[in-house]
Amino acid sequence: MSSNAPSSSAGGVGSADSAAPRRNSKRPKYSKFTQQELPACKPILTPRWVISAFMLVSIVFIPIGVVSLFASRDVVEIIDRYETECVPENLRDNKVSFIQSDANKTCTRKLRVKKLMKQPIYVYYQLDNFYQNHRRYVKSRSDSQLKDNSSWNDVSSCKPEDMSNGQPIVPCGLIAWSLFNDTYNFSLNNQQLAVNKRGISWKSDRDSKFGNDVFPRNFQNGTLKGGKILDPTVPLSKQEDLIVWMRTAALPTFRKLYGKIERDLQPNETIHVTLENNYNTYSFNGKKKLVLSTTSWLGGKNDFLGIAYLTVGGLCFFLALSFTVVYLLKPRRLGDPSYLSWNRNPGGH
Amino acid sequence: MSLGGKTEELPLIAFEAEMKRYVYINDNESSHELYCDNRISNRKYTVLNFLPKNLWEQFSRFMNQYFLLIACLQLWSLITPVNPASTWGPLIFIFAVSASKEAWDDYNRYLSDKKANEKLVWVVRQGIRKHIQAQDIHVGNIVWLRENDEVPCDLVLIGTSDPQGLCSVETSALDGETDLKTRVIPTACMGIDFELLHKIKGAIECPKPDKDIRRFDANLRLFPPFIDNDVCPLTIKNTILQSCYLRNTEWACGVAIYTGNETKLGMSRGIPEPKLTAMDAMIDKLTGAIFVFQIVVVMVLGIAGNVWKDTEARKQWYVLYPLEGPWYELLVIPLRFELLCSIMIPISIKVSLDLVKSLYAKFIDWDSEMIDYETGIPSHATNTAISEDLGQVEYIMTDKTGTLTENRMIFRRCCISGVFYGNESGDALKDTRLLNAVAGSSPDVVQFLTVMAICNTVIPMKSKTGAILYKAQSQDEDALVNAAAQLHMAYVNKNANILEIRFNSSVIKYEVLETLEFTSDRKRMSVVVKDCQSGKIVLLSKGADEAILPYAYAGQQTRTFIEAVEQYGQLGLRTLCLAWRELTEDEYQEWSLMFKEASSTLVDREWRIAEVCQRLEHDFEVLGVTAIEDRLQDGVPETIETLRKAGINFWMLTGDKQNTAIQIALSCNFISPEPKGQLLLIDGKTEDEVCRSLERVLLTMRITSSEPK
Repeated sequence: MSSNAPSSSAGGVGSADSAAPRRNSKRPKYSKFTQQELPACKPILTPRWVISAFMLVSIVFIPIGVVSLFASRDVVEIIDRYETECVPENLRDNKVSFIQSDANKTCTRKLRVKKLMKQPIYVYYQLDNFYQNHRRYVKSRSDSQLKDNSSWNDVSSCKPEDMSNGQPIVPCGLIAWSLFNDTYNFSLNNQQLAVNKRGISWKSDRDSKFGNDVFPRNFQNGTLKGGKILDPTVPLSKQEDLIVWMRTAALPTFRKLYGKIERDLQPNETIHVTLENNYNTYSFNGKKKLVLSTTSWLGGKNDFLGIAYLTVGGLCFFLALSFTVVYLLKPRRLGDPSYLSWNRNPGGH
Repeated sequence: MSLGGKTEELPLIAFEAEMKRYVYINDNESSHELYCDNRISNRKYTVLNFLPKNLWEQFSRFMNQYFLLIACLQLWSLITPVNPASTWGPLIFIFAVSASKEAWDDYNRYLSDKKANEKLVWVVRQGIRKHIQAQDIHVGNIVWLRENDEVPCDLVLIGTSDPQGLCSVETSALDGETDLKTRVIPTACMGIDFELLHKIKGAIECPKPDKDIRRFDANLRLFPPFIDNDVCPLTIKNTILQSCYLRNTEWACGVAIYTGNETKLGMSRGIPEPKLTAMDAMIDKLTGAIFVFQIVVVMVLGIAGNVWKDTEARKQWYVLYPLEGPWYELLVIPLRFELLCSIMIPISIKVSLDLVKSLYAKFIDWDSEMIDYETGIPSHATNTAISEDLGQVEYIMTDKTGTLTENRMIFRRCCISGVFYGNESGDALKDTRLLNAVAGSSPDVVQFLTVMAICNTVIPMKSKTGAILYKAQSQDEDALVNAAAQLHMAYVNKNANILEIRFNSSVIKYEVLETLEFTSDRKRMSVVVKDCQSGKIVLLSKGADEAILPYAYAGQQTRTFIEAVEQYGQLGLRTLCLAWRELTEDEYQEWSLMFKEASSTLVDREWRIAEVCQRLEHDFEVLGVTAIEDRLQDGVPETIETLRKAGINFWMLTGDKQNTAIQIALSCNFISPEPKGQLLLIDGKTEDEVCRSLERVLLTMRITSSEPK
């Protein structure tokens, strides 16, 4: 398949030239690069090669697809959509005014465990139709301020949430301002189910993007209240909910880690969730979901990878098979010029 | 200003002063204000205008304007999605690269101009020869050149080291022809003493500077004490032009007529048009189309974005949209989309294309197979911008003589008054019948050989060993004179107007009265000579058959000559017909006056001379036909075969006879012989004839269209 350029003959020319007394120095110097004789591979797509290539791809891809699909199916997930049900029935006509009022927003949900869930069980909240990727939103933060206490008044990029009462806000910007503030409390058989909220953010974020000497200052002090209020005594590097939230999602439907439950859940157990439904997704018709999920070696529940592998593998297998059939039933000579367009219908070019 | 006074002295200077230029030889004052000095400048830029001019040139390309627009939009932080440096960086880089390339080229031009301007030349000032810089030469100065000197400006020769007033120049910088050309001093300057050349005075009347390097219609008149005879006509043969080299001549001197950028070379130096390859044109077209598409996309997305913002985005409380935006708010979203879509026309396309193109050109330079094995000169791509078009050549148009053929003419056959010589052996010089005829001084043959020997512009030179070398401008004439010499009719000497030929050890002298030069319109050349012994005046002519045979005297049978021309044409030989006519003294004198007048006109000189020549060249007695072989160069048929296989069409241009051309085409492989191919002839002298011929050919093609051509 790979055809090396006839370097032997060309090399002969070059060596003859150097052996002979050099009469002219104007002649270009010989090198494989300048003479365009570097070894090159010019594959010809013969039927045998094409069929084997397709076959090879399908042999590799189909098992990978099956394995990852199984891995994804092993993951157990409990998803509970609660944004409508947590509004009292009589107030459901005007949810926005309910969420903006001071009414009690506590709400209890029951989650039934269908299959055994091995620890660690990850607790996520999932938002829908929430554009964390909006240009105004994404840009409205000050990385230098988050990292370093000395640049606490560097809020130029945080507009329109840069100053409050004439003082710089720490952490400034729309992202921090709109921090998610629903809270979940889990109990199993009337016993509190501990949720570990440490180590849910990226280590690199904690260590180098959020400073341990930066404390919230002047936060949520303005007339417009956004989301969660931060404890001004805890440095930003320990405010892991904020760190998770500040790593903005690329798509309008996203999950963010809330915490980890570090014990197994048995089938048919029922978990009671007491939640504070504080966050306003009603003005833009966003959904809110609580997700409990185990993981496999491949991560969370996601069938896409397996299906993609299976599709590509199956397609290649089908192509290999149909090419084989065509090749066996109606073989062609390689490089037959009679199939060229001008030979097929003479005079019609 | 003494111009007014001088015009009265010169009857030839009368009208149309604005069309002409008057050069006063050795007059140091008058020309200084009138004409520029000899400072040449090939520069495109000056230090001051470089930046604006270069930027203006670069920004006249659509693509560059587009990139500039994008880069400027990126400076607006409200709309830019990326750091502006990501566009400004590459943009400045590519502009800097092409600007510095231009600047480097221009600097080199400046250096070479400077070198040429400051070169020292010998110029006569106040009657003394002085060494001055070339840029200080003025019109009317006398410039002295030595062998291998470059000519600093356009000169009219007035003296050379050669006793016959000849000199050789190499004109390759001017017209690309590498053979030496012979130039001669005007007849009026013949025999002026070397010492007196410093003091020569006179006037040259010449046209305004133009770029025609083959034409110079001027007149010269010397003032007393020099021979103050009639006006002497000057032609291009009396000039040596700027950038030529003086060769094989010890010294030469001439009068500067055009200087600086007004020389023939300077006038033809235009701004080179930027060349656009097929791919460039395609890319420009595609870029335009993509730009239109992009505008459409930007408009659609911009409108959609504005609508979404007003309906949906206001509900997204976390974005905190202000209720009232600035006036340009509607523009912001479309412009953001414009920036996002700007990568549809990537800035890298220009950089990578230029890079790849120069690499192509480098590979051509590097190729060790593409060299001339005789001289070892490798191929060189002088224009890096158009190398990829080499792969898309569809037509090759070629000259025949000297390109396909060796341009080394050899006399092969002849036909003298109906007798064919050289048909058996293929070489008339070895034909015993011809040799016998020569030995027997057969009058027809002697006359034929005389025309061969002296009807030309060849100049015989005696080398140191005593052998005679011929200096000829035309290879055909060279072949004829050499052949005549081998047939014992040797042209041995030319002294001013007296020719000497030696035939079988007797020397015959002729005086050349006029030379009627060859032009491609007339297709013949003639000389009028006077036999120094008998005093008879004869006209000797040679030329293409259609320029000679129809003018034979009434009653001469030209059938055999037509047959001979046909037959030689079939063999691919070049034919010339030789003829002569006796003139009476009166006829000659009368005609001579007309000729002199025609030769000194400034307007339409060539045409008027042709008309006058026509009055003499008729009633010929045709003597015979010569056949000259011009062999194909090595590898020509194989090369053409390969090119034709690659689907490249081949066109050959030749002034040969049709039969000769067909024969050469067959031997070059670019038409196939009869059973395989079919020859379609289109001929005619008028538009109608050509049209009819074309229709006929189309009809034949339709009939035989099933067969391969």
